[in-house]
Amino acid sequence: MKIRVNGNEVLLEKAVSLKELLTLQQVRTPEYVTVQLNDGFISASGFEDTTINDGDVIEFLYFMGGGQVK
Amino acid sequence: MKFSQEQMERYSRHIILNEVGVKGQIKLLESKVLIIGTGGLGAPAAMYLAAAGVGTIGLVDADTVELSNLQRQIIHSTKDVGKPKVISGKETINDMNPDVKVMTYHEWVSSANITDIIKDQDYDFIIDGTDNFPAKFLINDACVLLHKPFSHAGIIRFSGQTMTYVPGQGPCYRCVFLNPPAPDLVPSCKEAGVLGVMGGIMGTIQASEAIKYLLGIGDLLTGRLLVFEALDMEFRTVKLASRTNCVVCGENPTLKDLIDYEQRACEL
Repeated sequence: MKIRVNGNEVLLEKAVSLKELLTLQQVRTPEYVTVQLNDGFISASGFEDTTINDGDVIEFLYFMGGGQVK
Repeated sequence: MKFSQEQMERYSRHIILNEVGVKGQIKLLESKVLIIGTGGLGAPAAMYLAAAGVGTIGLVDADTVELSNLQRQIIHSTKDVGKPKVISGKETINDMNPDVKVMTYHEWVSSANITDIIKDQDYDFIIDGTDNFPAKFLINDACVLLHKPFSHAGIIRFSGQTMTYVPGQGPCYRCVFLNPPAPDLVPSCKEAGVLGVMGGIMGTIQASEAIKYLLGIGDLLTGRLLVFEALDMEFRTVKLASRTNCVVCGENPTLKDLIDYEQRACEL
């Protein structure tokens, strides 16, 4: 299935949870990443229970000041 | 307000724009913008706003100019090393445009002073040019509580992001990022590095947003986060979701007092 992560097309072999997607995308500190799935924010407590579906549009928004948390 | 011949000439490229004109230029001359942080972001923002004829510019910074600042903080020069940044910034602006009144606040913002600083000249727009998350959340909360519009930006390495908050017109910074990350998780610019031009690119976008807001023209970065990756040379705007339960700007706000989060020194 095909999804979009931060504007890039990502192909997934099977359905994954948001938590697994964060690992696949090598996000090191998932507790500090704001996740938007389609039109809504997903809180960190919901990462495990959120399933990524074909066509989903995901944005990982990173802290950026004079430092960045990724 | 009447223009002098010199002002007509100085601002002629603005005045010729339908969206600005004489009326818009007068508006800019009567406007007041507060720039918090006169570093990588604040320096170019302040210089373009001064050149544009924004009549009152406030500069807030407790720091003094260091040699390692000069790679990106272009409002300061080699001769300014050791000088308070707000003084060095004021001198550069005064040299550039005598129409601009510069207010200086030689201090770090905190819950104790930020409200007074913003109210000092009843600033119309605030630019967050700070480098650390405690200050960014403080500026956000103060602006939301005082119903002031502001521009957020952050830069690191080859990346930058910026968004604009206007009361009632979209999410605030806290809607998106909730709370500052733990201090030990964030590498500073000193540790991570930053390409000098990043502040120029993002800081001038912040200045553009301020001018657009003051003139009431165009579409602002409200409800959108602009993300810039210099290595790919790609700009992307992410449409932001709204958070109706935001503790500061939501439907039932619970945050009424400003918070001083634990800070770790970092220079942008």
